[in-house]
Amino acid sequence: MARGHEAARPEPATPRPRPGTRRSPTGGRIHRQEPLTFTFDGKQYQGYRGDTLASALLANGVIQAGTSIKLGRPRGIFSAGVEEPNAVVQIEAPFPEPMLPAPAVELYDGLVASSLPGQGRLATEPDPARYDALHAHCDLLVVGAGPAGLAAAAAAADSGARVILADDQPEAGGSLLGTGEHLDWVAETRARLDRDPEVRVLRRTTVFGYYDDNHLLAVERRTNHLGADAPQNVARERVWRIRARRVVLATGAHERSLAFGDNDRPGVMLASSARTYLHRYAVVPGRHAVVFTTNDSAYPAALDLAAAGVGIAAIVDTRPEPGEWAERARAAGIQVLAGHAVTGTEGNERLTAVTVAPFGESAGQHQFAVDLLLVSGGWNPVAHLFSQSGGTLRHDDTLGTFVPDSGRQAVEVAGSANGAFDLATALAQGAAAGARAVEAQGYTARTPVLPAVTARPYTPPMQVFTVPGASGAPRFVDLQRDVTVDDLARATGAGLRSVEHTKRYTTAGTGGDQGRTAGVLARGVVAELPGVDVSALGLPTFRPPYPPVSFAALAGRHRGVLSDPIRTTALHEWHVEHGALFENVGQWKRPWYYPRDGEDMQSAVLRECRAARENVAFMDASTLGKIDVQGPDAGVFLDRLYTNMMSTLKVGMIRYGVMCRLDGMVFDDGTVIRLAPDRFLVTTTTGNAATVLDWMEEWLQTEWPELKVHCTSVTEQWATVALVGPKSREVLGSLAPGLAVANDAFPFMAWREATVAGIEARVCRISFSGELAYEINVSPWEAVALWEALYEAGAPYGITPYGTETMHVLRAEKGYPIVGQDTDGTVTPQDLGMSWVVSKKKRDFIGKRSYARADTLRPDRKHLVALLPEDPALFLPEGTHLVADSELPAPPVPMLGHVTSSYRSAALGRTFALALIKGGRERIGERLYAPVGDRLVPVTVASPVLYDPEGARRDG
Amino acid sequence: MADTARTARQRSPLAHAAHRLAAATRASKGAIRLAELPLLAQVNVRLDAKSPAADAVGLALGLQLPLEPNTVVHAGEVTVVWLGPDEWLVVGRPGTQRALEERIRAAAGDEHVSVTDVSAQRTTLLVGGPRARDLLAHGCSLDLHPRAFGPGRSAQTMLARAHVVLVAREEPRAGFWVLVRSSFAGYLTDWLLDAAVEYR
Repeated sequence: MARGHEAARPEPATPRPRPGTRRSPTGGRIHRQEPLTFTFDGKQYQGYRGDTLASALLANGVIQAGTSIKLGRPRGIFSAGVEEPNAVVQIEAPFPEPMLPAPAVELYDGLVASSLPGQGRLATEPDPARYDALHAHCDLLVVGAGPAGLAAAAAAADSGARVILADDQPEAGGSLLGTGEHLDWVAETRARLDRDPEVRVLRRTTVFGYYDDNHLLAVERRTNHLGADAPQNVARERVWRIRARRVVLATGAHERSLAFGDNDRPGVMLASSARTYLHRYAVVPGRHAVVFTTNDSAYPAALDLAAAGVGIAAIVDTRPEPGEWAERARAAGIQVLAGHAVTGTEGNERLTAVTVAPFGESAGQHQFAVDLLLVSGGWNPVAHLFSQSGGTLRHDDTLGTFVPDSGRQAVEVAGSANGAFDLATALAQGAAAGARAVEAQGYTARTPVLPAVTARPYTPPMQVFTVPGASGAPRFVDLQRDVTVDDLARATGAGLRSVEHTKRYTTAGTGGDQGRTAGVLARGVVAELPGVDVSALGLPTFRPPYPPVSFAALAGRHRGVLSDPIRTTALHEWHVEHGALFENVGQWKRPWYYPRDGEDMQSAVLRECRAARENVAFMDASTLGKIDVQGPDAGVFLDRLYTNMMSTLKVGMIRYGVMCRLDGMVFDDGTVIRLAPDRFLVTTTTGNAATVLDWMEEWLQTEWPELKVHCTSVTEQWATVALVGPKSREVLGSLAPGLAVANDAFPFMAWREATVAGIEARVCRISFSGELAYEINVSPWEAVALWEALYEAGAPYGITPYGTETMHVLRAEKGYPIVGQDTDGTVTPQDLGMSWVVSKKKRDFIGKRSYARADTLRPDRKHLVALLPEDPALFLPEGTHLVADSELPAPPVPMLGHVTSSYRSAALGRTFALALIKGGRERIGERLYAPVGDRLVPVTVASPVLYDPEGARRDG
Repeated sequence: MADTARTARQRSPLAHAAHRLAAATRASKGAIRLAELPLLAQVNVRLDAKSPAADAVGLALGLQLPLEPNTVVHAGEVTVVWLGPDEWLVVGRPGTQRALEERIRAAAGDEHVSVTDVSAQRTTLLVGGPRARDLLAHGCSLDLHPRAFGPGRSAQTMLARAHVVLVAREEPRAGFWVLVRSSFAGYLTDWLLDAAVEYR
């Protein structure tokens, strides 16, 4: 059916051009049956599934992919991997993403990208994609699925060990994909790994960070390559948090460039990358080429490209005696110029000619008209992760680069990442490292099948970093940062020697590519300039992430409502349904106030306050911290924690208490209920519940282990409803017919077991408003039933739900402080005017000694007092400072204190504030001044208890 | 009668999310099971593991209190979770908390033992199905492989940004219990449902 449908589809009006004039008719690992359309710099092209953006551009004859950041010079695709310094592009669609290396962007249908002048643009709209994270644990993590990594994983597979093999490419093979060798072995090994249920192979996954205790982070690109077809429910990228008992790093090597004149023109490319484009993508990146090398590795590239029809004008080798490979090239009819170097290039949008001279001479002797210059200045092991793990690197004089030396964690390095650039050695190292890793953990490793590798001729490389050229032609070291040999010479000329200094002075190695192709070259150039030994210079520290990782991936699903836990009470839905606005108290959502239609906050709060003072109102107080303190020594324990006496409290009664730190400063307050001779229920402030429990455990475990006391959090075991107001007794009485609610039967600061609305409850006569009030505690499973019963029973009295703002106003009118709002860790109970809560009888308690310190006895300590603005409508913002005079003196202005709480009071018919004022209690009645806006407004200092100072309302 | 009326009135912390949990279970086509196990009895026990009370309480519950950190012991319908060297969580059928509390107190006699009903302090989420481990691994940094976290294992750890008690159920295929503070249950449910989107 599908086939018939395909056939019936009309031909497009304009036949599509055959993709890519630079594409070989056969070969490569692209899927020619899946052509893809993409757009680059506004022009539409075609490529295939399996292409990268870079390979598809090259196939279409496009090599220039941007201009350089500082000098605006045209730059071309330089490499075939994540090390790319030039072709860093902006993805425009389906979703904007800045600065991605084109050789690392898998092609998909509908991709729209553009070249960049060095810097990208962040998206302005929110990213609709999902991102997530996954924790993983394994006995062995192998990083890199090239020959060494595959051999390591194969040796560890089927042993029972849990193995993760992570590789940043869509398919395994690593460098073999670029050379086209032993791909059958790759496929067989891959299939074998897939059969072991304990082996997990992560494709498109870049391990980017190596932390302590073998904790590694990786990012998996899961749906990017699907473009618009990406399923919406699948995370686009996933951060893997991997804990590995052992790690084998088989991260390969990057080829490095050479610093010669005008070495940045589009058409200059790393030799191995050109070979990769040929074998992996069936792309011939040029027609005529010069190959410039200091080592053997460029020869196979030259021979393969020649076989694919590229005219190799010459292989220019700095070595005077390039050895066997040169003979092979000559036998293939390729001219080899031994002891020569490229000294300059020509061309603008694209390379047109290359000048060659005997190495060490600047005058050109040969000029070749070519459109491709392949460069190999040697190889750098990708030692980033090893370095991040704490491993040290050493300079290998033969290889002319830095290789892993000693590790600090359970890690081994294998293959070219370890400086083993020879395939047979890399395979053997990988297999041995994989076997060692699992055998160290008691598993029996298998001997993996490895491909038979024929021995290759070898002539040592020559250490070359710079080539003298025509004067004035820039010799680039870091292409992404436009840093030249001359820039580095200026740095060393200024006296800088450390690579960390030259890096920062010149910015060499600070681009998005982190100097992958430039780092060692920059080191070599610096070493050549003042004549320092390159091995002594070392390398800058490698830090995570290895490639740039998006913030979206790191944030994962911790976005929006999931960014931080929202704690709710059992009554939360009721509050939402009744229009409450919420205040964040720690992670709790507490109802702030319940505005009715047309009400603003001020009028809603005044209405709620009036209801509580004049009739009846109720509030969800479930968030208060609750700790069950049990044991024969519970009373002794609480006596030591609180400033006042708790052990004398009678069962059935409640006492308010204050806790201080050793410095005598108020730390928390709340009520203590005595449930039984050996059992108390302690309440804490909402925000301090966990801190107080930790504080109790700390004292019990470290100082008083002899006390027989246990503390258990029961914060969420109880829902608490505060029922407040002169009519609260009627409402409670109507719902609790079995409870004697009369004042003498149920006095203030007593608690009773009762059945309220048919629900088992513990009712406490506690007031945080000065009014007759109850706190009704029930199981949160029955909290809604209780709340709705109260709402119904209170309806005749106009029962009003109120929130935290009204609670604050009511308590402030009575001068009750809120710990953390009216205190800040520098305030004693005495400062708050609560000397009565500090026991004179107890032998000791936490903080007692501090009350004998000179500082806590100063008469000019800040006291909590009330402030009444002389204009009763004037509202003092919290934080407002107080001064003595109506005219501000010259700075520094002596400050007397500040406003800690400020409200409009329905009961007082005016505004008022609480403040901490120096010697405040002695200033009651005094006039002070508060700068509000541009004015100094007069305020009168008053006792903090502004409402019902005689306490007449407490008993209803 | 009264008990029936009471049960009918009781509302578990995730009652409002039951249909969403069921929908996610259905959407996963068998990969994941998510459900609240509401109103389980939970009693916190503190005692000196070396005191005679440890054996006596174990005997009363028909088991031995687990002494190995991060383990659980089952006997009949009672599960005891190790929470600390002197702390256990006894979990039982809904409605049995008072009986459990009394049984433990009676067994302990005059020894210094603290018994606290914490049934409403946490609710229990069942996370089951073949992909349960993967689902939890999105937010739990512990190794949940059966070799490391098989039946009989428990942990007090973070799942996403909520503190949880995690219990591996008896059969590996039966999944996990996630005991979470009631106030965090809504957040954790939202997080689990969002994580489950991947497994549709």
